[in-house]
Amino acid sequence: MISIFREMLAYPFLVRALIVGVLVSLCAALLGVSLVLKRYSMIGDGLSHVSFGALSVAMALGMAPLKLSLPVVVIVAVVLLRVGSGRMKSDAAIAVISSSSLAIGVIVTSLTTGMTVDVCGYMFGSLLAMSKDDVVLSIILSIFVIMVFILCYNRLFAVTFDESFAKASGSNVSVYNMLLAILTAVTIVLGMQMMGALLISSLIIFPALTSMRLFGSFRAVVISSAVVSLICFFIGIVISYQYSTPTGASVVGVNLVVLLIATVIGKIGKGSLV
Amino acid sequence: MLLACEKATFGYENKAVISDVNFQVEPGEYLCIVGENGTGKSTLVKGLLGLIKPMSGKIVYGEAVKNASIGYLPQQTDAQKEFPATVMEVVLSGVLKQKGFLSFYNKADKEKALVNMRKLGVERLKKESFRNLSGGQQQRVLIARALCAADQLLVLDEPVTGLDPAGTADLYSVMRELNEKYGTAIIMVSHDVRGSLPEVKRVLHISFDTIFYGTVQEYQNSSFGKQFLGGARK
Repeated sequence: MISIFREMLAYPFLVRALIVGVLVSLCAALLGVSLVLKRYSMIGDGLSHVSFGALSVAMALGMAPLKLSLPVVVIVAVVLLRVGSGRMKSDAAIAVISSSSLAIGVIVTSLTTGMTVDVCGYMFGSLLAMSKDDVVLSIILSIFVIMVFILCYNRLFAVTFDESFAKASGSNVSVYNMLLAILTAVTIVLGMQMMGALLISSLIIFPALTSMRLFGSFRAVVISSAVVSLICFFIGIVISYQYSTPTGASVVGVNLVVLLIATVIGKIGKGSLV
Repeated sequence: MLLACEKATFGYENKAVISDVNFQVEPGEYLCIVGENGTGKSTLVKGLLGLIKPMSGKIVYGEAVKNASIGYLPQQTDAQKEFPATVMEVVLSGVLKQKGFLSFYNKADKEKALVNMRKLGVERLKKESFRNLSGGQQQRVLIARALCAADQLLVLDEPVTGLDPAGTADLYSVMRELNEKYGTAIIMVSHDVRGSLPEVKRVLHISFDTIFYGTVQEYQNSSFGKQFLGGARK
């Protein structure tokens, strides 16, 4: 596997994919722990579809994809969080928004460029998607996401564990929820081109679930998520390169296997590792 | 005096849920708030914690609870029961109250967490995962967290709900010790009127049309209390 890896590093586009992949996997894993525990997993899924819609429109207009989809997805994330407490139940709202954006994306694409290989790449992920500009933007934004996460770690824990208590303690809970939604939106947009709209949300959910099977402390779960996410990404990308499978699907496949193994280990050890 | 409600009315969007509440909490008080569902107990608790402003009247906070620094035990959520966090992590999160936006724990914070865990008898569990504890142990941990936020006055929302009889008795004795030994004033919202009456000093009974406030003795002798206690027996 090491030799395949060395071979991969000879291609500039693969190096770009690796850099972005590592950063996005890290962001997704860190945020994922809070999102899964807060039962926000579906928001990630919804946002990735919105991102797909925005991306298709951007392509049709001849714009740089990230420049359009980033603000759109961030706005939708904020809106989704708002309606969660309103009249429309949040799961219904997410379903409506995600399928509409998917539909808009597909319609726009078929009217303009037609359903090409590119679209398939956006759906399931492609190693070829990352341009140089994308890489620079990805690096800046993921470092921002990771920094904010580390700086607000204790607060995020408190808000994740118990919103009522955090509120009574004078934490502005809605600010932290908003922060979480925005960071998630950024992560999804960055990861979507490589992982695919249909699969990016699994990058958020799987490592957190796997780690929760194994560990009983929040910090251990966060660290383990990051590690699991990176390992699965590397294995997935090598498989993708070796067998020409879509990147996103390969990474998710590895994640699934790891989750199943962790579930078995968790059952035997009763999740008592701290 | 720690806290006083003076003709306070609370509600949402200009609709009063609970009106003209009068009571006082002195240091060492142990007050139980009882009443049927929908009479505004939770609304009152939000008011006491400063999460909603009184529509009329006012709440006066004493020197010791300035800035509404009240330790709070919310009702437990389902998500918490499965939450991967150690007891230490949970209790420590209580000290965030006194901290700014970017907050890291220092040595004094950890010391404070340990002191409060000792008070609640959960120090030996500090490395255990919260989700592996029994219901009663979880409540103790959450009370320790509340003490980290503020140790003069605790507001406990339904602390014994969902506990088995042994766990309930156990939690009552822990709260009694906090109140008697450490002088922590406690305001407890409870459905368990029979169980809590022998424990507390005063009762605030909220019903749809009237509010009773007085000592346990007075409550048991009042027609109001007799009716409610009689009703609860069925």
